[in-house]
Amino acid sequence: MSHPGAAARRRLAILEPWLYSAPALILIIVTTLVPIVIGISYAFRNVMLLDPTSGGFVGLDNFRDLMRDASFWNALKNTVTWTASCVGFQFLFGLILALLLNRPFPGRSIIQPIVFLPWAIPTFLIGMNWSWLLNPAIGPLPHWAYALGLMSAPTNILADPNYALVGPILAGIWWGTPFFAITLLAALQSIPREIYEAAEIDGAGGFERFRSITIPFLAPTMLITVMLRTIWVANSPELIVVMTKGGPADSSQIVASYVFTQAYQGLNFGYASAVATALVVLLLVYALLLLSIRQAMLGTR
Amino acid sequence: MASIEIANVRKDFGAVSVLKGIDLSIASGEFAVLVGPSGCGKSTLLRLIAGLDDASGGDILIDGRRVNDLPPRDRDIAMVFQSYALYPHMNVRDNMAYSLKLKRTPAARIAEAVGGAAAKLGLEALTERKPRALSGGQRQRVAMGRAIVRNPKAFLFDEPLSNLDARMREQMRFEIRKLHRDLGATSVYVTHDQIEAMTMADRIVAMNAGVIQQVGSPLELYDDPANMFVAGFIGSPAMNFLEGQAKRVGTGVKITVGGKAFCTLPLALALPDDGHVTVGIRPERIGIGADRNGTTEAIIDLVETTGAANVVHADLAGQPLKIFTTQRLQLAHGERVPLAFDAGHVCLFDRASGGRLR
Amino acid sequence: MRGTSLSRTIKWTLHYAALLAYVAVALFPLYWLFKVSITPNDILYKQGMALLPSKVTLDHYATVVGKSDFLLYFRNSIIVSGVTALASTLLATAAGYAFSRFGFRGKFWIVGLMLVTQMFPLVIVITPIFSIFGVLGLTNTLTGLIIIYTAFNIPFATFLMQSFFDGIPKELEEAAMIDGATRFKALVEIVAPLTLPGIVATVGFCFTGAWGEILFALLLNSSPSASTFPVGLLLYSTRGTVEYGPMMAAGVLALLPVCVFFFLIQRYLVQGLTAGAVKG
Repeated sequence: MSHPGAAARRRLAILEPWLYSAPALILIIVTTLVPIVIGISYAFRNVMLLDPTSGGFVGLDNFRDLMRDASFWNALKNTVTWTASCVGFQFLFGLILALLLNRPFPGRSIIQPIVFLPWAIPTFLIGMNWSWLLNPAIGPLPHWAYALGLMSAPTNILADPNYALVGPILAGIWWGTPFFAITLLAALQSIPREIYEAAEIDGAGGFERFRSITIPFLAPTMLITVMLRTIWVANSPELIVVMTKGGPADSSQIVASYVFTQAYQGLNFGYASAVATALVVLLLVYALLLLSIRQAMLGTR
Repeated sequence: MASIEIANVRKDFGAVSVLKGIDLSIASGEFAVLVGPSGCGKSTLLRLIAGLDDASGGDILIDGRRVNDLPPRDRDIAMVFQSYALYPHMNVRDNMAYSLKLKRTPAARIAEAVGGAAAKLGLEALTERKPRALSGGQRQRVAMGRAIVRNPKAFLFDEPLSNLDARMREQMRFEIRKLHRDLGATSVYVTHDQIEAMTMADRIVAMNAGVIQQVGSPLELYDDPANMFVAGFIGSPAMNFLEGQAKRVGTGVKITVGGKAFCTLPLALALPDDGHVTVGIRPERIGIGADRNGTTEAIIDLVETTGAANVVHADLAGQPLKIFTTQRLQLAHGERVPLAFDAGHVCLFDRASGGRLR
Repeated sequence: MRGTSLSRTIKWTLHYAALLAYVAVALFPLYWLFKVSITPNDILYKQGMALLPSKVTLDHYATVVGKSDFLLYFRNSIIVSGVTALASTLLATAAGYAFSRFGFRGKFWIVGLMLVTQMFPLVIVITPIFSIFGVLGLTNTLTGLIIIYTAFNIPFATFLMQSFFDGIPKELEEAAMIDGATRFKALVEIVAPLTLPGIVATVGFCFTGAWGEILFALLLNSSPSASTFPVGLLLYSTRGTVEYGPMMAAGVLALLPVCVFFFLIQRYLVQGLTAGAVKG
C-alpha cells in the first residue's frame, strides 16, 4: 500500500472541509450569488421591463430618488412594524408552545403534528383564506371581534388604512408560530435533564429554572432562528400582496411588496433593485449585530 | 507487539507550542504511563501517536516504521477514550466487531475474537445490549474489548478511568494491569492521576508544559526525582518542600531550616553560591517522638487518620510540614514534638530553577 | 401533600387548556378551508359566515380532479418537493459536517455568503435567474425549480445539520478512524445513523419550504406541464373573480400529503436530538 507524502497529506487535510462544502457552495454561488450580483447591478442602471432600449448606467440616480421617495420611507416604517410584530409574536407563541410540548403527556403525538400544520400551507392559500375570514360580508372574525368589543363595528380591517397591516400580521403569526415551536422544541430537548434535577435540588423554582437554565441554553438557537426568520419575514411580500396588495393607498406597503409593485406593476426594475439593495444593507447591519451578540454570549459561556 | 519511538516531536497550535521537542522510546511490551497536570501535552502526544493530529515536526515510529504520514487506520493501534466513545447505535458485540468487519475478517473469526474478548472481560451476558443500557464500568470494559479484539501493535489509553467512581477505578486499574500481563501488549497510558501512574506503569513519563521532566520506573521517580516538579507531583501525601540553607562541611552538606540545624547529608553536592536551597523530604521519612533522638522540634497543628496511618500536619520554623506515620500517636494541637529526618532520603533543589542538586 | 396534588391538578388543567387553545387557533382556519371546499356554490356566500353549511357537496373536488390539470400539478409538486428535500438535505449534511468538524479558513465567509443569499428579495433575483436558466435550458422544467429551491433551502438546512452534528461527540469518529475507517466511512456508518432524527427534520423543513413556494414556480415555469400546484391554485383566481370552492378544495387535497408527512416525522421531533443519548 502506498501513501502520499507528508506535504500531500497536509494538502488533503486542508482540502477536506472544502470537499464536503463544495457542492452546496457551488450551487449557491451559481444560482443565487451570481443573480444577486446582477440584480444589484440593476440598481445602478435604468432597467425598465418590456423596454429594450433601457439599461443604461445611471450611477446613483436610483438611490437619490429613493431618498426622496415618501412611499419608500413609509414602506420602511411598515416593514419594521410588520417584521417586529410577526417575528415577535411568532417567537413568543412558538416558545410557549415548545415549552408546553416539551414534557411528555397523553395525546402529545396527536397534538404535536396538528399545531405544526399551519407551517405546511402555501402562503398564497393562507392569504386567500384569511382574507375570507376577515371579510365581514362572508367571514366570521370581524363579527366575533365586534361581539367581544375589540372593534367598534364589524368592518373589514383590510380596507381600513389605519389597520390594514394587522390582517397580514395575524395571518403571518398563525403561519409562522410552528416554525419557532419546532426549532425551539428540538433545542429544548437537547438540554440534559440532570441540569434541571440539580437545580431542583438546589431549590430553584419553576421560573428560576426557566430563567437560569432554559434561557441561557436556548439563547444561541433563539438568536439564529430569530435572525433568519426576521430576514425571511422582512423579505416575503406574499401575504401582503395577496391580502391587501399594499393598500389601501400604500398604507400596508412594506419594502418587499413595494419592490414587487415597482418591478411588476411599475415595471421599473432598476428602481425596484435599488429599493431591494437598501433593504439588504439594513438586514445585513441587523444580522451582524445579532451575530456579535451571539459571539459575545458563546464567549462568556 | 511493537516498540514506539518518538524523536524530537513538536506540536504547535498557531503560536502556542504544546509539545516542545519530545524524545521518548517505549520498548515492545512495555506499559508506559504519561502523567502530568492538565495542559501538559500528554493527551496531545497520545493523539499524535494515534494519528488523530499531525505533528508539527519530528518523527514517530511504530515498530521501526515512520508513521507520521499514515492515517490512524493504517497504524494498527487501538485506543480507549476517556468518554469510551462507544457507538451508541450498535450493541456490545457489534461495537467490538466493528474494526474486524472493516478489515473484512471472516465472520467465524470475528465471532471467535469477540467471544474471546467478552469472556476475558466478563461481558458474555451483555453482548446484545446497547451502550446506553450499560453502567459506567461495563462501558469501560466494552471499550477495552473493542481494543483487545484487534490484537493491535499497541494500545493507547486516554484517561480511561477518570469517569468512574473511586471503587470502580481501583478495580479497573487492577484489571487493566492484569490484562497487560496476560497480553503483554505495548501500552501507552495517559493520566493526570499520579496514583494510577505509580500503580500501573512499568515506566512513568512525567510531563509538564510540553516537556518531558523525567522518565523512569515508579520508584525511581519516587525516590530520585529529577526536579521539584516530579518530586511534588509524584507521591501522596506530597513531598514536603522547606526553604533552607545548605553549607559544605567537610565531605558532607549541613542543612539548616529557619536557622536551626535540620540534618547533615553525607554527600558532596554542587551548591549555589548563596546556599539558598529547597529541601525536599517525603512525609514518611520523618520520624516523630523523643525516642528517635531527633534534634528539630515542630508544633503540631492537626492529625488526620485513615485508620491504617496518620498524616500529622505540623509547623516547622513557620513552614508547613506533613508527616506520615503508621504509629498511633496521641498528639494535641500546639504540642511541641521532636522530629528526626532520614538523611538518606533528603533531596535538595535549586530554589531558582527547581532542578535537583546532585 | 394535598396542596401539592391540588396544585398539580391545576397545573395540568392549565397545560391542557393552553394546548387546547393552540389546537383551536391552529385548526380553525384549516377548518374554514375545508368548509368552503365542501359548500355548494349557490350558498357559498349566502351562508359565508355559517360555521356549518346547510348542504355539503363534493362538486368542487370533482371539478379539481376531473376538469383541471390539478393532478398533473400535484404530481409535479411531489417530484419537485421530494427531490428538493433530498438534494438539499444531502448537500446541507455534507456542508454542515464540514462546518461542525473542521475549523478552516474561509468558514466565516461561507456562512456570511449563505446569510446574504437569504437577504435579497426574490423579486429582483428572479429576472437574472430567468436569464441564466434560459441559457441553460432550465426554464419550464421541473429540474430548474428543483435546482433553485435546493439552493435557497441549503443555508438554513446547513445550519440545522451543523447543530445536529455539533451534538455528536468527535471521539466517535476518531474511534472509528482508529478502528480502521476512513473519515467518510465513519461519517456514513457511525455519525449519519446518529443524526437520523436531525436529517429527517431537515428533510421535513425543505419539503414544506418547496411545497408552497409560488414566486419561482410562477415566474420560471409558464407551461402547465412544468407547473406546481400553488400555480394551479392561482388559476382559480383571475382578475375579476375568485373561484373559492375549487381553490380551497385543491388546497385541502394538497394538504393531505403534508399531513401524512408531519405525522410520520413527528416521532423524530419528540425523540429530539440524539445528543443527550450519546453523551449520557
